[in-house]
Amino acid sequence: MTPELGQLALILALMLALAQSILPLLGAWRGNRALMAVARPAASGQAVFVALAFAILVWAFLHFDFSVQYVADNSNLQLPWYYRIAAVWGAHEGSMLLWVLILNVWTVALALFSRQLPEVFLARVLSVLGIISVGFLCFILFTSNPFGRLLPMPADGADLNPVLQDPGMTFHPPVLYMGYVGFSVAFAFSIAALLGGSMEQAWVRWARPWTNAAWAFLSCGIVAGSWWAYAELGWGGWWFWDPVENASFMPWLVGVALIHAQAVTEKRGSLRAWTILLSLFAFSLSLLGTFLVRSGILTSVHAFASDPRRGTYILCFLAFVVGGSLLLYALRAPKVAGGKAFALISRESAILIGNLMFTVAAAMVLLGTLFPLLGDALNLGKISVGPPYFGLLFPLLMLPVVLLLPFGPYLRWGKSDVPALKQVLVRAGMAAAACAIIAAFFVEGQLKAIAGVACAVWVGVGVVLYIVKRWREMPRGRRYPAEMAGMLLAHFGVAIFLIGVLLSESLSVTRDVRMSPGQVAAVGGYEFRFDGVTQTTGPNWVAEQGVVTVTRKGAPIAVMHPQKRTYTHERVQTASAVDPGITRDLYVALGEPMDANHVEGAWALRLYTKPFIRWIWGGGLFMMLGGFVSAADRRFRVKRDAEATQTITTPVQESQA
Amino acid sequence: MGKVLRAWTLLALIAITGIAAAQAIDPLPFRDHAEELRFQHLTSELRCLVCQDEDLADSNADFARDLRHKVFELMQQGKSDAEIKQYLVDRYSDFVLYDPPVNTRTWLLWFGPLLILITGGVVVGYTIRKRSRVGTPVAPTDNGDDW
Repeated sequence: MTPELGQLALILALMLALAQSILPLLGAWRGNRALMAVARPAASGQAVFVALAFAILVWAFLHFDFSVQYVADNSNLQLPWYYRIAAVWGAHEGSMLLWVLILNVWTVALALFSRQLPEVFLARVLSVLGIISVGFLCFILFTSNPFGRLLPMPADGADLNPVLQDPGMTFHPPVLYMGYVGFSVAFAFSIAALLGGSMEQAWVRWARPWTNAAWAFLSCGIVAGSWWAYAELGWGGWWFWDPVENASFMPWLVGVALIHAQAVTEKRGSLRAWTILLSLFAFSLSLLGTFLVRSGILTSVHAFASDPRRGTYILCFLAFVVGGSLLLYALRAPKVAGGKAFALISRESAILIGNLMFTVAAAMVLLGTLFPLLGDALNLGKISVGPPYFGLLFPLLMLPVVLLLPFGPYLRWGKSDVPALKQVLVRAGMAAAACAIIAAFFVEGQLKAIAGVACAVWVGVGVVLYIVKRWREMPRGRRYPAEMAGMLLAHFGVAIFLIGVLLSESLSVTRDVRMSPGQVAAVGGYEFRFDGVTQTTGPNWVAEQGVVTVTRKGAPIAVMHPQKRTYTHERVQTASAVDPGITRDLYVALGEPMDANHVEGAWALRLYTKPFIRWIWGGGLFMMLGGFVSAADRRFRVKRDAEATQTITTPVQESQA
Repeated sequence: MGKVLRAWTLLALIAITGIAAAQAIDPLPFRDHAEELRFQHLTSELRCLVCQDEDLADSNADFARDLRHKVFELMQQGKSDAEIKQYLVDRYSDFVLYDPPVNTRTWLLWFGPLLILITGGVVVGYTIRKRSRVGTPVAPTDNGDDW
């Protein structure tokens, strides 16, 4: 009975979402305040029903209700309770429900914290969010119902994919969705501005923390996913430019451009149309990301056709959202243009160039991701686009960004004086050159590693110089407003990330070895001694567990336990052993026994040393932190009356950026 | 993340063929470390044809293992990387290459980003030029708070 209640709750939520999307829009058009006032209660009501549906699904998982098809497909009696909760978003139907739930959380938060916005504008924003919600609720109800029954009820369910049975995977989808969905706020905001035909700087200020927070969540989700892939899958890599990864990376790249463009628009009134366009892109790519991962199109274009309803719906919905918003943009964007003049050497110009590079990078990733699908669909033959393609083009596109980055904070709005910039160039440049020369002695001529050190020092010293400058020039308490502190943290994160990527990529050592118990293999200056394999068990798996003792010049470093787990239904999953360190990770993955009948004999093992790899995620976390810290700036929450009244609905001829 | 899908497919394969899944840990008798590095690099640029999206170096599918051994064998015969890739392309088409060759079918892939960059660059240049002329650009006269 309860699953049907979940179904019913979703239908009621859809009704409220329809009310939320249609009535306030009509009200805003007709100037009817009663209709506009529907937005808030409808949004809250919808959130209650979606939360109810979600809770019912969680309940079904916790109580092993295998009469629900989705529960039977994704859990069984042995699965621990925490993974049964994670199983709610372990597959397509539940993850769509999670998406809607998060959308509702954002919408309600927005309705609560936006009292200072003009009524008409807020009505339009909530209405746009309602439309998105309608789209997803219809998708769930008509094509992806998580509450569908399975009769007769099986005694036990299948299993949650063992690769998902990991804390990182539990945490990764919700955080990623927080990011994806968070961009819907900037999107709704832009649509509302286009509908109204004006965009006030005060509104952009109000939108910025939401965008920053969304981007920070997305960063966190990507870091979690990358970390999980590294730690769990025994392949030692952290990024493969896989379509699923790219799907989350594209909105992230556009998000970077967007948060910078929003800063320009808020502070200077410039680049308004561009800011709007970027918010449309960011959200469209988030939608594309959600669907790319969940639709099955990546497995094969033909999988799309195996359930044509889903595929068709997704295509229509994407076409409606992307096409509709771009059409609106084309019609209305010239109306919202305007802003102050800026010179070639100014922060606006630098941000614009950075924006260009990030947008082109996102376009490149999109092209590389979809090209094989297009080729397949158009029968041009199957081709593969993989790490060599992205790994060549992405650094090329990001190089100008890295080179420009230290100047960012020094550049002034409008027009900047050159001497201050020259000073940064000389100081950061000399530091980078000096460190590169020192590094050259340690890395055995690995150019990539030297370049990594040089770039990281260039960026890092640039950031530190600015921190020192503010410290010297500003009185206490006014040195680092949260917005700036966030920027500095995120930029410093770039330096850390660069070290991590370039050093680990160039200096990692990987070896596949055959080892008998007692045998020692030397990898990257460490000795790995294999001490045989034992049996061990977990809540729903049994495992063969290797024991590997690591020493360095005889001194003990770590004892590592790589596992090969067999879950219920004979699904096998490796669990690698990682000995973490700031300057290096040691990493061991257990393969197969060389002779299946003699598990006590020799085994195949993969041994890695990975210098500085942790800095990759460290850098990502710094960026995430930067996003949150910036979002927390009080300036965004305080209404500045003087500026709020300074509406700039500039004449059309002053044109846009 | 991407590995999820790959793992799904891998698991699907296991369901069908009953092979045991583990990582593609495959010790081969390399002459020296340089040869091992060359092998690792080469197999990371080749696709496992039966997997979702996985390179030869990391795939545990039987077919990938066979191809890896073939690559190793060709290396032992003194074939160059290009010759080995050509050998595989002749049999399995360009699909096996993660590094798609530049040809009439892929020029959009390789030069598309450049086209977008040039177009965007022109627009940005035009914008900056125009915006520097709509008035006299001035930096805000503040005391460092409105950085």
